Amino acid sequence: MSLSLPVLSHQLSAGLSVGLSGRASGLVLGSESSSSIGWYGLAASLVLVVVALAVSWRLQLGLERSMLWSCARAGVQLLVTGWALTLVLHPDASIVWSWLWVIAMVFVAGLTVRNRAPEVPGIFPLALAATAVVGAISLGVIFGFHIFPVEARTVIPLAGMMIGNSMTSVVVAARRVTGELRDKRLEVEARLALGLSWQEASRPYLREAMRTAMIPQIESTKAVGLVFLPGAMTGLILAGVSPVDAVQVQLAIMYLILGSVACSVTVVGVGLTRRLFTPDSRLVRLTRPA
Amino acid sequence: MSRRKTWKWQAAGVPEPSTCFRFEDVSLVVDGAGILDHVDLAIETGGITVIAGPSGSGKSTLLRLCNRLEVPTSGTVRYLGHDIAGLDPLDHRRRVGMVFQQPTLFAGTVRDNLLVAAPGTGDDDLGAVLQRVSLDPEFLDRTGDDLSGGEAQRACIGRALLTEPEVLLMDEATSALDPDARRAIEGLAGDLAAEGLTLLWVTHDLEQAQRLTEGQTDRVVVILDGRIADDDATAAFLSDRPPEP
Repeated sequence: MSLSLPVLSHQLSAGLSVGLSGRASGLVLGSESSSSIGWYGLAASLVLVVVALAVSWRLQLGLERSMLWSCARAGVQLLVTGWALTLVLHPDASIVWSWLWVIAMVFVAGLTVRNRAPEVPGIFPLALAATAVVGAISLGVIFGFHIFPVEARTVIPLAGMMIGNSMTSVVVAARRVTGELRDKRLEVEARLALGLSWQEASRPYLREAMRTAMIPQIESTKAVGLVFLPGAMTGLILAGVSPVDAVQVQLAIMYLILGSVACSVTVVGVGLTRRLFTPDSRLVRLTRPA
Repeated sequence: MSRRKTWKWQAAGVPEPSTCFRFEDVSLVVDGAGILDHVDLAIETGGITVIAGPSGSGKSTLLRLCNRLEVPTSGTVRYLGHDIAGLDPLDHRRRVGMVFQQPTLFAGTVRDNLLVAAPGTGDDDLGAVLQRVSLDPEFLDRTGDDLSGGEAQRACIGRALLTEPEVLLMDEATSALDPDARRAIEGLAGDLAAEGLTLLWVTHDLEQAQRLTEGQTDRVVVILDGRIADDDATAAFLSDRPPEP
């Protein structure tokens, strides 16, 4: 590779249009690109959803309503987001709007985690803290080391990837920590009764929960290139960037996502465990979700 | 052991007997439901004291208050005269061990379990504690899955003994065991009491209460609906008949 990463990323950034999204769908849609699918392409992509609906109906899975709702919701959300992004990414728009967008992302991520894990006590402030920490650290590394230039078109999608991936892991970590401590209350109290501190008594269960939350991202990082081609890389290749250059960008992103997930899971895992014990090392009462 | 009505020594200026735990007007409310209601109780040091009562009467909660797995909503629990709210909870729990209703062995071998209570202890000492609870030292290499209910509960008692407690709280510790294992654990409790350990034993089994106290009803505290039963109610409960109206 003859280009240094910062130089390469500046060049790539200049040619990048919108499209680095949360997990794997990183299509780069240039206005003049052949990868623009148009409304017809978008409608055609719903064919498989129709198949899925038919399967659900035939097998009485009861998922038809959920699938329709999720497709409709995703469509509306992304169309609104796309419209808003055109304003924020306008060449004359101040970068302040991008940073405000990131703050909104952190807030929405906290709300989403709370909604997905309602049985976890006090999860909102923790999720907010975790995503804020992840946003600050990952964007600090990305822009502090000049991996990408500080521009609206890099700030928003990169923050979205880091926060989005972390959010999913945070939900798993929060639910697992709470579930482990609730379901293994007898064991935890047996440890406390031996004079162990809350940190010692909860360690095996916290470790298990954090492993469960992080393993998908670790496995995904292991399998990248062998099983699937990740979104950002696919998007760059579709936009005409050399595969090797696209790989370099993708690797940087994957490493950052892995670090972000680890940070957020740690913040939520340790923070939540602390909240589930009283200062005198008693496990609080935890109710099973309905 | 003395219940509230027996605290005549207080008024008469008689020296206080060797009191291990004292509950002073203790109440506990959980999610709006009263579990314990103004409990006054003194438990003597040494021997086996049985706390008996029907399911849901609050007897296990009373035990959990003794090693601070619960804290009272109001009132004071004292250990050797000290308000346990002011004691270091971790240190207190090592002095007041607890064995639970279900034998609760952690993942790993019996050795791993014992080392949780006393990290760094050598196999000789671990084997000795197993012998103290009538288990062969060869059990050190076995996992919880390889043990019967009675053996697992003995291992749990051994694990609790490794913290060198002054008091052992037994929360329905034999209710999940077969009759033979139950008798064996009762015998072990008697041996431990003879060695000087104070035992508080919660049970709903009146025959077991009789066996453990060798018929000394003054060593049995009966708790009904979150309150310490008076003499009449205690006598009625122990004779398994409804109290006089």
